Amino acid sequence: MKPLEGILVLEFAQFMAAPTAGLRLADLGARVIKIERPVKGEAGRQIAIRNIFVDGSSLVFHTINRNKESYAADLKDPADLEHIKKLIAKADIITHNFRPGVMEKIGLDYESVRAINPRIVYGVVTGYGSKGPWALRPGQDLLIQSLSGLAYLSDTHDAGPVPFGLATADMICGAHFVQGLLAALLKRAKTNSSVLVEVSLLESVLDLQFEVITTYLNDGGKLPQRSGVKGNGHPYLSAPYGIYQTSDSYLSLAMGDLHQIGDSLGVDLRAFADKNSWFDHRDEIMHIIAKQIATQTTVYWLDKLESEGIWCAEVLTYEQTLQHEGYQAQGMKQEVTLPDGSLLSTTRCPIRINGQRLYSAKAAPRPGADTDLINQQFELA
Amino acid sequence: MKPLEDYLIVDFSQFLSGPSAALKLADMGARVIKIEKPGTGDICRHLYTSNVIMNGESSVFHAINRNKESFAADLKNENDKKQIAELLKKADVVMHNFRPGVMERLGFDYATVKKLNPNVIYGEISGYGDTGPWRDKPGQDLLLQSLTGLTWLSGNAGGPVPMGLSIVDMLAGNQLAQGILACLVRRTISGEGALVQVSMLESAIDFQFEAITTYYYDGKLPERSEKNNAHAYLGAPYGIYQTADGYMALAMGSISQLGTLLSCDELLAYTEVAQAFALRDEIKTILAAHLLTNTTKHWLDILLAADIWCAEVLSWDKLMNEDGFKVLDMIQEVQMSDGYRYRTTRSPISIDGEHFTSAKGSPKLGEDNDTITKQLIGYGN
Repeated sequence: MKPLEGILVLEFAQFMAAPTAGLRLADLGARVIKIERPVKGEAGRQIAIRNIFVDGSSLVFHTINRNKESYAADLKDPADLEHIKKLIAKADIITHNFRPGVMEKIGLDYESVRAINPRIVYGVVTGYGSKGPWALRPGQDLLIQSLSGLAYLSDTHDAGPVPFGLATADMICGAHFVQGLLAALLKRAKTNSSVLVEVSLLESVLDLQFEVITTYLNDGGKLPQRSGVKGNGHPYLSAPYGIYQTSDSYLSLAMGDLHQIGDSLGVDLRAFADKNSWFDHRDEIMHIIAKQIATQTTVYWLDKLESEGIWCAEVLTYEQTLQHEGYQAQGMKQEVTLPDGSLLSTTRCPIRINGQRLYSAKAAPRPGADTDLINQQFELA
Repeated sequence: MKPLEDYLIVDFSQFLSGPSAALKLADMGARVIKIEKPGTGDICRHLYTSNVIMNGESSVFHAINRNKESFAADLKNENDKKQIAELLKKADVVMHNFRPGVMERLGFDYATVKKLNPNVIYGEISGYGDTGPWRDKPGQDLLLQSLTGLTWLSGNAGGPVPMGLSIVDMLAGNQLAQGILACLVRRTISGEGALVQVSMLESAIDFQFEAITTYYYDGKLPERSEKNNAHAYLGAPYGIYQTADGYMALAMGSISQLGTLLSCDELLAYTEVAQAFALRDEIKTILAAHLLTNTTKHWLDILLAADIWCAEVLSWDKLMNEDGFKVLDMIQEVQMSDGYRYRTTRSPISIDGEHFTSAKGSPKLGEDNDTITKQLIGYGN
């Protein structure tokens, strides 16, 4: 039995952060019903990367919304709204990511919903929290990364701000949202009453940086100093931390005793006597190491360094990673079945429970695919 | 009331992944006891970033381990092991991030702990899972980034660029926290305990689920743009651009609409939607040159009024002066038992309108041994 079996989640949320939370809850066993506007469904269905669409919705939408059901409702239509309210009465959790004020207008704000269901867990994702001058700004991943300082951590100091090349704020916020919703269920188990959970993309991406922000707050306000050497891995870590070009590809070197690493590489780095110099002179040291690593192949260095206990790895592309036995042994790939019977490959939930990997063959629903069934089951119409 | 009040977590983990999960749970009310090796403790105590030392220990240790207690015990000493066993009997959650096999050798693996405490939730984080050829590799963040394809997403086209913080550790910690909470929810219903396992590898793959699903679909590797890259799979204008006085992020807008709004005639020619991706380098070059001709504020005023997704790019010093940041109350001050005070961030999750703050700083190694022995182990030293 999956841990969240029996939990009913209504997802009013769109795009990425909150729907990734819905996906996690679904994979952990909850029944997740997307509440979508009729015909068109949620706006995320039209947001594609590389313009790839499958069964009428973007591949991204399919990735985020598999293992869920869809109920079509026009929240501005009184009859539909009545059905939704009946459904809310039976739900454990509802989630949304509308901008502040929208749910109030519809009449599904927290106060109204707890009047319908006094045991509801009501989850809200915003971009920037519900007050302050940014509250009504669009809560979009790149914008949040840009405002939060995250863009000053990667690549070299002369590269300008460099964002993380994935929807990082969305993903991390989705994970925090799940934690808040589940903690709220624990609170509800004690109090038997409703709970409000709020997260924001901005708070989440600040939390993601908590180590380095804490360093900043206590080192006299020194901003991150990125190395000038291409491939460096972290603005706050000493040499050799980073990726180096070999004669045939790339090799990453993590932290360790610089003198020992130098010995293994065949360069004498003892001139950098104390550990502080490994940070203060990191660019100089990284240039010395880079010159040496460029002389041999990746396999040559891996064999040598790994046998001497140095932390290193080859740098793989998806093509190489996904064919690697180290990846394949995890059974991360899973297939979902589309309405026409064809299969779509994606990845599974990364959490294992009692040694079991959690799979589900259920593809993302078409808009309103489950409306009739849900109407019947919950006697809504 | 905090949602996890009355929950006891015994945490054997070190560094970032496991301890960051325990911090989330501590902030939501759980009592977290770190089990640390006498003399040295969590290795993270002396894993410095940019040579910053706070009250004798690393800034990152203080960030990760506030709001916790420390119990020093030698896991190879029979007397200490007996004490730990007593503690484990009272724990709701036990967690660790040793490499596969270590807890079995120490006699604190799930099967053994379950005998002491049948409905315990036992969480573990490994680097690469417990099967496959990578099983015994060091579970280190940069190595995981390198092996999972993550380094080909950020920065402009060219060599690999790591994400400049310990992103995989953070993700794995967040996955573990979700798994543990889901199983605690089930325990409130059925009383059942559970084993929760996550790995940095599975977490890094899950983080890239959109991109990997796309790779499974079209077999094409990510292609970063030559200039102003922010996402390998998105077209122009998605990116960060230099202005006359700083940088700004631009996340959407049809190219010809941007041409009109920004008075950039060269962009008016790009009228077809598909051009935004196919010709993104060309478009970004024109846009970058144009945005350099005026200030960030000038451009944002125009674009925000037209509801185009854009933002200024801030470093932490500027961010922390913004009202949009101040209103979040994201920074808190904590105090250690010796009176040393430091500033850090709070939990990003809010429940029932409450931000979870805690004034408790990180513990000195073993500072809670006496209290814990009296309260939970039941016999004196």
